[in-house]
Amino acid sequence: MNLLFSRRKISGLLAVLPAHERSFVEEMANFNFPAARSLKLKAVMGYDKHRIVNGPVCASDLACFGLEHLFASGSLKRDDCDALIVVTQSPDYLMPPTSSVIQGRLGLKHDMFCLDINQGCAGFVMGLFQAFLLLDQPAIRKVALINVDVISRRTSPRDRNSYPLVGDGASIAIVERSEDGTPIHANLKMDGTRREALMIPAGGLRLPSTPETAVLSDDGENNFRSQDQLRMDGTAVFNFVQVEVPPMIRQLLETAQTQMDDVDYFLFHQPNRFMLEKLADQLKIPYEKMPSNVVEHYGNSSGVTIPVAIVHNLRQRLLAGSIRACLAGFGVGLTWASMLLPLGPLDFCDLIEFPS
Amino acid sequence: MPTIAEILKDIRPEADFTRSHDFLADGMLDSFDLVTLFSDLDKAYGISISGLNIVPENFQNIAAIQKLLEKYRQP
Repeated sequence: MNLLFSRRKISGLLAVLPAHERSFVEEMANFNFPAARSLKLKAVMGYDKHRIVNGPVCASDLACFGLEHLFASGSLKRDDCDALIVVTQSPDYLMPPTSSVIQGRLGLKHDMFCLDINQGCAGFVMGLFQAFLLLDQPAIRKVALINVDVISRRTSPRDRNSYPLVGDGASIAIVERSEDGTPIHANLKMDGTRREALMIPAGGLRLPSTPETAVLSDDGENNFRSQDQLRMDGTAVFNFVQVEVPPMIRQLLETAQTQMDDVDYFLFHQPNRFMLEKLADQLKIPYEKMPSNVVEHYGNSSGVTIPVAIVHNLRQRLLAGSIRACLAGFGVGLTWASMLLPLGPLDFCDLIEFPS
Repeated sequence: MPTIAEILKDIRPEADFTRSHDFLADGMLDSFDLVTLFSDLDKAYGISISGLNIVPENFQNIAAIQKLLEKYRQP
């Protein structure tokens, strides 16, 4: 479906990444593959370093750390935050919502809208949709959109299919009304029939975690994981992205009556370098306009990767001025969503580390 | 320029690709080997195989890969 917004903006962006860094080379011994094959894969996919939490760190820990930083630095006043949207696939609890946990831990005001969204790699764009809609309410002036995941805690270290690319992290985008009336075009598609391509099978009510669901088994390709852990059908996900994302972007630009050349940056979710370069080739986008370097530096932290791509690659430019950006997220659900919007100038655009 | 067989051999030196008609079914390539294979083919032949063509039927055997590469040959 096509969506249309206006007079909305991201006014600040903060990424919070664990200080704990692991490298693909030091983890290779965990995988049941010859080193030469793993190193070839490293070169193609862009695996190198990834940031993962060290110990029982939860989503609310990263989010509270980031919000406290914004309060302490004066970037956000504690009472100015009227809504808290938390997008995560790794909540602290099944209930209560992680947004309520964060509100309570930080002692935020009661006159506040708290909402959790269970989304992943499309979660930044999905979260912006929700934030923009909340701003229709006069009582809501600033929304803190928090994307956060600690999926490494639910990923098998012996799964070469997933573990090397997984990253943990959080981002906080402050979203508010804007005087700029430039239309913000967006679109969204979902296909729940393909929901098993990315899933954690056990741990909910359909298949509760038991000693049996915690047993590691071989997926047939020498990857060992349990039903309590992330399972990704790499071939199906790759095919989904290559088939669905290019037409979505073309449709978005056509609706917005915008040419590819008129977009300054294509800031897409960051699954791996190979997949992004194949997308860029299909869409005839120069690689320099589509960053693909997040996985090699930090890992794939689901809905956090678009904010990390922005902060890592465009910090100075966005503090000084504005760009026309095309955002795209795609993943669990399956869900794919995109948005064309003016981005910047930002009041803050920072990356901080959560201590080990 | 390396042949398809040489590229495959470089990825899995222990496998005999000339004796298989279905690399995936015979367990000679896994899904991540395929990523390496397509990246190597891109580099070796100076092409960019479309992500839309990276589907199992295009890398079942050497003949299937040859057929795919013909799409990218200059006229």
